[in-house]
Amino acid sequence: MIAVEKITKTYGSSVVVDGVSITLPKGGVTSIIGPNGAGKSTLLSMVGRFLSADSGTITVGGLDVTKTPSDELAKRLAVLRQDNHLAVRLTVRDLVSFGRYPHSKGRYTVEDERHVNEAIAMLGLSGLADRFLDELSGGQRQRAFVAMVICQDTEYVLLDEPLNNLDIKHAVEIMRLVQQAARRLNKTMVVVLHDINMASTFSDVIVAMKNGQIVASGSPAEIIQPDLLSQIYETEIKVVPVGSRLVAIY
Amino acid sequence: MKSTLPALLLAGFILLVLAVASLFVGVSDVSLSSLMSGDAKSLQVLLVSRAPRTAALILAGSSMAIAGMIMQMLARNRFVEPSTIGTVESASLGILAITVLAPGAPVIAKMITASVFAMAGTAIFLRILKFVPLRSVLLVPLVGIMLSGIIGAITTFFAYRLDLLQSLGAWMTGDFSVVLKGRYELLWIAGALGIAAYIAADRFTVAGLGQHFTTNLGLNYRRVMLLGLTIVSLVTASVVVTVGSVPFLGLIIPNVVAMMVGDNMRRSLPWVAILGAGFVLVCDIFGRLIIRPYEMPIGAVMGVIGAFFFLYLLLRRTSRAA
Ligand SMILES: Nc1ncnc2c1ncn2[C@@H]1O[C@H](COP(=O)(O)OP(=O)(O)OP(=O)(O)O)[C@@H](O)[C@H]1O
Ligand SMILES: [Mg+2]
Repeated sequence: MIAVEKITKTYGSSVVVDGVSITLPKGGVTSIIGPNGAGKSTLLSMVGRFLSADSGTITVGGLDVTKTPSDELAKRLAVLRQDNHLAVRLTVRDLVSFGRYPHSKGRYTVEDERHVNEAIAMLGLSGLADRFLDELSGGQRQRAFVAMVICQDTEYVLLDEPLNNLDIKHAVEIMRLVQQAARRLNKTMVVVLHDINMASTFSDVIVAMKNGQIVASGSPAEIIQPDLLSQIYETEIKVVPVGSRLVAIY
Repeated sequence: MKSTLPALLLAGFILLVLAVASLFVGVSDVSLSSLMSGDAKSLQVLLVSRAPRTAALILAGSSMAIAGMIMQMLARNRFVEPSTIGTVESASLGILAITVLAPGAPVIAKMITASVFAMAGTAIFLRILKFVPLRSVLLVPLVGIMLSGIIGAITTFFAYRLDLLQSLGAWMTGDFSVVLKGRYELLWIAGALGIAAYIAADRFTVAGLGQHFTTNLGLNYRRVMLLGLTIVSLVTASVVVTVGSVPFLGLIIPNVVAMMVGDNMRRSLPWVAILGAGFVLVCDIFGRLIIRPYEMPIGAVMGVIGAFFFLYLLLRRTSRAA
């Protein structure tokens, strides 16, 4: 369970996250949606202990993120940020292997090796494993970062816009992967998405943010509503049912 | 990535050959035959001067190259090394301070003072980087050059006032001809720090990924930075105190190795150490041979080769980008 209680973050005079409280149940996929600047990444950064909140508390699996030793937390919680660019020259396999660091502390076992190979295969990077990251396309690089986080094999996984730069095939594959991790391994997956139809299709819970506040949260059926979406995105959005799914059209 | 071990062993072997060659190059004749015939003077020269010099070259070369690589990880920039960001200048300022305040202090005290100053100077550099908003690739080395210019100017000012310019020159330009038994042993500390760096290699690579990745993997970013800072400062101080600054090395070698095997320090650090030592040995042998019986200072040889190489790196980069 991730419990966020009355979290506030201000930069100067602007309140970026405004007294947010929310509880995300253990197991399942939660999508966070909302317009640019809504505060999604800021909230995720605070859950991931990259950023300290001005007030409020956050616990992940019962552990307070500001008080738990960082190396303990790293075995439970993995976070991928929105923008990742590296100055160092690493191969895909190097990068993914570092995902094992919290468990192995640099001494790689056969078990670690297996996790690395699995994660590389899962993200369709087997043919690229020995290539340097600066020799990959943007989407391939993004998949390598996702593989690193998957390889960390934590109960809680937070991904900030993991579908950045990805083509439809790979975007759907990653969302399936996220869903399977939640279903089969009972992991708690939190994903920030801009594609509301992806959110509609693959999530158990959708949380909508705007202006630093949570404006709605619930099942896809509750959130994918024309009035609500139109108001959140300040754009006219229609919703049509297709089979068992709700599809937003804009 | 294919295993680089066979190639690494070959490189190690070549280094060994260079080291042996370095033992037999110089003004007074030391040869295998003179040693075999039991010539006491030859043996004396070998033990008191040649062997320490070769050891000093290897230790200083490998440890300065490693220090350069660590610095590049900490600054997350390819174009920095201890002599371009103020670490060397700060160490010199430290030696100057203790020379003036406690002239009779033992060399270890000099080294400690130099280390403290080096650490402070490098910490200032890293601190300034925190405030550079857009981390442009070129801005980082520019900040370093400016800072080292300022610290260098302060040092020169005091050295001038105190009539110590000549000593300052000795600290700032590497010279291995002064190495004798009993006067280079501090460099073993630098060598030991190189091994410490290998043990902590994964941490430095993770730090090179940046603060967020480091935190996500459960490491304390500040602690890793502090560890790296300490190693870089101690290595620089011990080298500057014993043989003087060896510039460019920390820039060239890690860049070459990054092109060859990448930046995973667990894999690249042995390469950096071997190539660093090898490069210094080659430059030193070259400097001893080119104007025999005189010696060309190693700093000059390295400066020329290093400048050409740096140019090549930059041009290669731009032609790749174009
Ligand atoms: N370091 C900072 N200093 C000042 N303001 C900031 C800082 N970081 C973020 N902000 C502001 O906080 C607000 C929320 O940013 P955040 O990155 O959380 O948005 P987001 O919901 O992730 O948006 P996006 O969809 O574009 O990624 C924005 O208005 C942004 O300008
Ligand atoms: Mg964001």
